Amino acid sequence: MDYNDFRGISTLLVLIAFLAVVVWAYSRKRTQRFDAAANSIFDKDEEQVHAASMKEVDK
Amino acid sequence: MQNQQTYNYKVVRQFAIMTVIWGIVGMLVGVLIAAQLRWPELNFDVPWLTYSRLRPLHTNAVIFAFGGSALFATSLYVVQRTCHTRLISDKLAALVFWGWQLVILLAALSLPLGFTSGKEYAELEWPIDLLITVVWVAYAILFFGTIMKRQTPHIYVANWFYGAFILTIAVLHLVNSAALPTALFGGADWMKSYSAYPGAIDAMVQWWYGHNAVGFFLTAGFLGMMYYFVPKQAGRPVYSYRLSVVHFWALISTYMWAGPHHLHYTALPDWTQSLGMVFSLILLAPSWGGMINGIMTLSGAWHKLRTDPILRFLIVSLSFYGMSTFEGPMMAIKTVNELSHYTDWTVGHVHSGALGWVAMISIGSMYALIPTLFGREKMYSTKLIEMHFWIMTVGVVLYIASMWISGVMQGLMWRAVNPDGTLTYSFVESLEATYPFYLVRFVGGVLVLSGMFMMLYNVLKTIAGAKPAEDLIPAAAH
Repeated sequence: MDYNDFRGISTLLVLIAFLAVVVWAYSRKRTQRFDAAANSIFDKDEEQVHAASMKEVDK
Repeated sequence: MQNQQTYNYKVVRQFAIMTVIWGIVGMLVGVLIAAQLRWPELNFDVPWLTYSRLRPLHTNAVIFAFGGSALFATSLYVVQRTCHTRLISDKLAALVFWGWQLVILLAALSLPLGFTSGKEYAELEWPIDLLITVVWVAYAILFFGTIMKRQTPHIYVANWFYGAFILTIAVLHLVNSAALPTALFGGADWMKSYSAYPGAIDAMVQWWYGHNAVGFFLTAGFLGMMYYFVPKQAGRPVYSYRLSVVHFWALISTYMWAGPHHLHYTALPDWTQSLGMVFSLILLAPSWGGMINGIMTLSGAWHKLRTDPILRFLIVSLSFYGMSTFEGPMMAIKTVNELSHYTDWTVGHVHSGALGWVAMISIGSMYALIPTLFGREKMYSTKLIEMHFWIMTVGVVLYIASMWISGVMQGLMWRAVNPDGTLTYSFVESLEATYPFYLVRFVGGVLVLSGMFMMLYNVLKTIAGAKPAEDLIPAAAH
């Protein structure tokens, strides 16, 4: 095995790793989880707490 | 409500205010050195005010003081809000803030005095490098420690980008700043040190560092900002969370290899140059994936751009990001680089990224963040934000357009040869041709700087009489 085989194999491994990430991220199994994560910054709890403490400060 | 603990906003407030202050300082030095290029007598024959010493002061101030403060402020805010937990230690937070201010102060003193290691964006000498290491480790413990005690199941994507930024900068700083102080070998100057690496290896280490300072300090960290503040300001979740996962892994694994494009046609082995070029071209894909993800978050809510100048800052910053991440790979192509390297085109490219992307997203995020930190509904004057947006946009466009034209002109003049093989133009002829563009660039810089003064006024008015906000942490879901 010479150096060029190593280059070819490493390129292939990187490609496989990339495809694995894509398959993992776009798999249906994770739809719910990712939707929840995307919406987590709009957590109702969080918004209410912020609004309540804003009033506190205004007093 | 069982959990009555509050978030630590103090350190966020401190860094947010210093973002504005250091922004003004850094850009003021930038305007001064831009003026010096047009009117060289403006160094007043004082060694401390020469271009050679003020230029690293400018880059350090805008990258590490202005950009750094924005990153500290937003990362420490976002990590608390998305993890529903207070920072693990208030003392550590104070250490990070005051330690970083000390680093900035030492940089502002040592660079004009002429102390430099000569490595671009890593000019600070070894004692300051050691201090940076201490502060950075404290920051990493603070950030990752807070993530570890989070009350939310998922680590929100913004934190992934901030985390990659923190880890990578630690590695880059340690490797590139490895140096031997000459005092160890009987040298007279205790501040002086030399790089631990020889020749071409040193150049490669430096640009591995340099390009990843762009990729992780000036990109990954600010993408973290994008993934929190763009959805928040638009009032809708990010366009595709799945794309953000692919974006993250693709971006961080590609950026690492693009550095050699800074060393085309040098003593660096040819294959390394080609590798850097190819990776730079690949980098276009994750960069644009992220940019599209940010902009498309507004899909269905485009009308908000008409009324919300903060959102406009954020979205226009992404447009500049898209522009400069297209331009960068093009400039990394060897034949294009043959024309662009060492010219003002590079300077234009850097500022389309630094002013258009980094500064604009920071400013937009600060306008969104600062009222929250002081218990205000919004900034004192929306009209003033609007004015800031326009004056800055015009300033940035003037800056980069003038540098593009002068850069291409310089490249063409330097390579022009007569039929007998002699150079058509002397260097001074190209310099003379550049003068008008230096004037336009100076005007662009003044516009950007005056926008920052509007921001300072607006911020001062917003926080005048305001009490620091103490937001409660939501109780953990049981």
